[in-house]
Amino acid sequence: MAEKTAAFFAKTRWEGETAVLDLHGEINSLAEAALDAAYATAEQGNPVKIVLNFAGVDYINSTGIALIVGLLARARAAHRPIAAAGLSEHYKEIFTITRLSDFMEIQ
Amino acid sequence: MTTLRGYWRNFRGEKEVEVVETAVSPLPSTPITQISNLDLDIAPNDLLLAYVQQNPGVLDVDQLKLDSPALAAIRDAGIRLIVPLVSQGELIGLINLGSRLSEQEYSSDDYKLLADLATQAAPALRVAQLVKQQQQEAAERERIEQELKVARLIQQTLLPQDLPALNGWGVSAYYQPARAVGGDFYDFIYFPDGRIGFVVADVTDKGVPAALVMATTRTLLRAAAERLEAPGAVLARTNDVLVQEIPPKMFVTCFYAVLNPATGHLRYANAGHDVPYRYTADGVVELRATGMPLGLMPGMGYDEKEVTLAPGEYVLLYSDGLVEAHNPQREMFGFPRLQELMATHANGDTLKDFLLDQLAAFTGPGWEQEDDVTLVTLQLGERLETGDWRLAEISSLQSPISISPIEFEIPSAPGNERLAMQRVAEVVARLLPAARLEKLKTAVAEATMNAMEHGNKYDPDKPTRLKVLVEETSIRVTITDEGGGPPLKTATHPDLEAKLAGDQSPRGWGLFLIQNMVDELNVRQDAQHHTIELVMFLNES
Repeated sequence: MAEKTAAFFAKTRWEGETAVLDLHGEINSLAEAALDAAYATAEQGNPVKIVLNFAGVDYINSTGIALIVGLLARARAAHRPIAAAGLSEHYKEIFTITRLSDFMEIQ
Repeated sequence: MTTLRGYWRNFRGEKEVEVVETAVSPLPSTPITQISNLDLDIAPNDLLLAYVQQNPGVLDVDQLKLDSPALAAIRDAGIRLIVPLVSQGELIGLINLGSRLSEQEYSSDDYKLLADLATQAAPALRVAQLVKQQQQEAAERERIEQELKVARLIQQTLLPQDLPALNGWGVSAYYQPARAVGGDFYDFIYFPDGRIGFVVADVTDKGVPAALVMATTRTLLRAAAERLEAPGAVLARTNDVLVQEIPPKMFVTCFYAVLNPATGHLRYANAGHDVPYRYTADGVVELRATGMPLGLMPGMGYDEKEVTLAPGEYVLLYSDGLVEAHNPQREMFGFPRLQELMATHANGDTLKDFLLDQLAAFTGPGWEQEDDVTLVTLQLGERLETGDWRLAEISSLQSPISISPIEFEIPSAPGNERLAMQRVAEVVARLLPAARLEKLKTAVAEATMNAMEHGNKYDPDKPTRLKVLVEETSIRVTITDEGGGPPLKTATHPDLEAKLAGDQSPRGWGLFLIQNMVDELNVRQDAQHHTIELVMFLNES
């Protein structure tokens, strides 16, 4: 299922017991509802792990970082491992600088 | 005595028939009996026409029994005799005679005299007709030549007199009008920040009408380009005005691109013009963008695309006079041939001569150019085979070309930070390695977002101002809002653990990110403004 905003949409798919959220577009304040909805969809399937796939994302701003922090907090509260895939080198560096990479696996 | 009274051109029969009305008097001093004025237009299928062609000689009108409107008209005019004038088997006129003044019948001598007269008069009349026809044709040719001169003058006056002189770029232009002068034109539009607009267009029709529409289109394009930045918007605006001005059934195809010479960034839109080609190391590709020709319908939208040209790459803008040229076998020069030829030719400066040679070889000698031929090339330089560096400045990150400060405003609205980021990237893209360019883009986006949100409170009446300054060793980008007052908070290291535990808001990354993305961050404020200055050194070490 896909959650859409004007410049962002997220689609949840399953690889075994892992839920993969394929993210597309810009992650900014406008992405919040769609990102939350996709995450909630994934959680309903009680995944052993959640992977955020950023391969289709071309822009993440500081509000987007805050949204990812929010998801990470929810996953940690549920003791659910979370990983990030498909990040560009630039955003990998930002995940390192912000220490997000200390709390989520960067694939 | 013979008088020439009327001359009618028989359009329907595609023939000229001279009707000479004649009155014959044995005593020249006596007044001539007037026959009524005859406005005779003989239809091609009139039986009289066929009859006189088959029966040369003097004809007594009263003796003719034909169902002929022309004959009826001749009778009504009081004509007694008609004498067909035939030259080389073709009826070219009639001599019409009324009654003799003596009221006697025409004698056989009269008939003979008239027949002899017709024999003499017909070739003389034919010669006169031919002379008149030649005079008319010469006048028509002169009128057309005069019109072509005017059309050429209009075009030559409006075409750019000089090529843009751009450091590191080679620009060439070629324009050869067809004899009939088509409606091609090209133009260069210079913007204060150093960007340059390139236009190539083709007006349907030829001659003066095309030249006038060309002049109008050029003016409208320039006016739109002064007010609007996006090439698609410029074409849309031009179209909306032109559609009200242009004569019916005429339209204009037009390709419009804006080049940032400092970065190689090219934004373009196309109103139905032949798709330009881009020469790259990997082959020749189309610069495709869709859009209807200008002047057909109001309210059209124009697809907009962008590319960044790499050193050695060139773009060819052209008109259909090249690709639609025919050889003696009526084959077209065509797009595939053009694309293949470009692939073999890496030098944009000499491309036009190469293509013209190829065109001449294709069409063969004696080719009459069918339409205007326009070629404009634009090449970003590199080390050529001859060994001279044409782009030493721009291709070296250590020695960027000097560009004037670029200043612009963006409306304070959510999401507009991407506009700021994109615009700054266009200016400095070729001056920074890719990874550092990405960092600067992120810093610009975050600083602009801060200015729009916290300084200007997303108030549309408070624009956020940006300035890009490229110096010898650094790039400085300043972002100014109208917040003023209290100093900006300094960046602190956000506590991710606290955020994950819910003890802190997950937000608050902006200034921290900015500080980590750039080499220097300077903050200034006065009573009315906050200004953030982002500095990236060109030599990282």
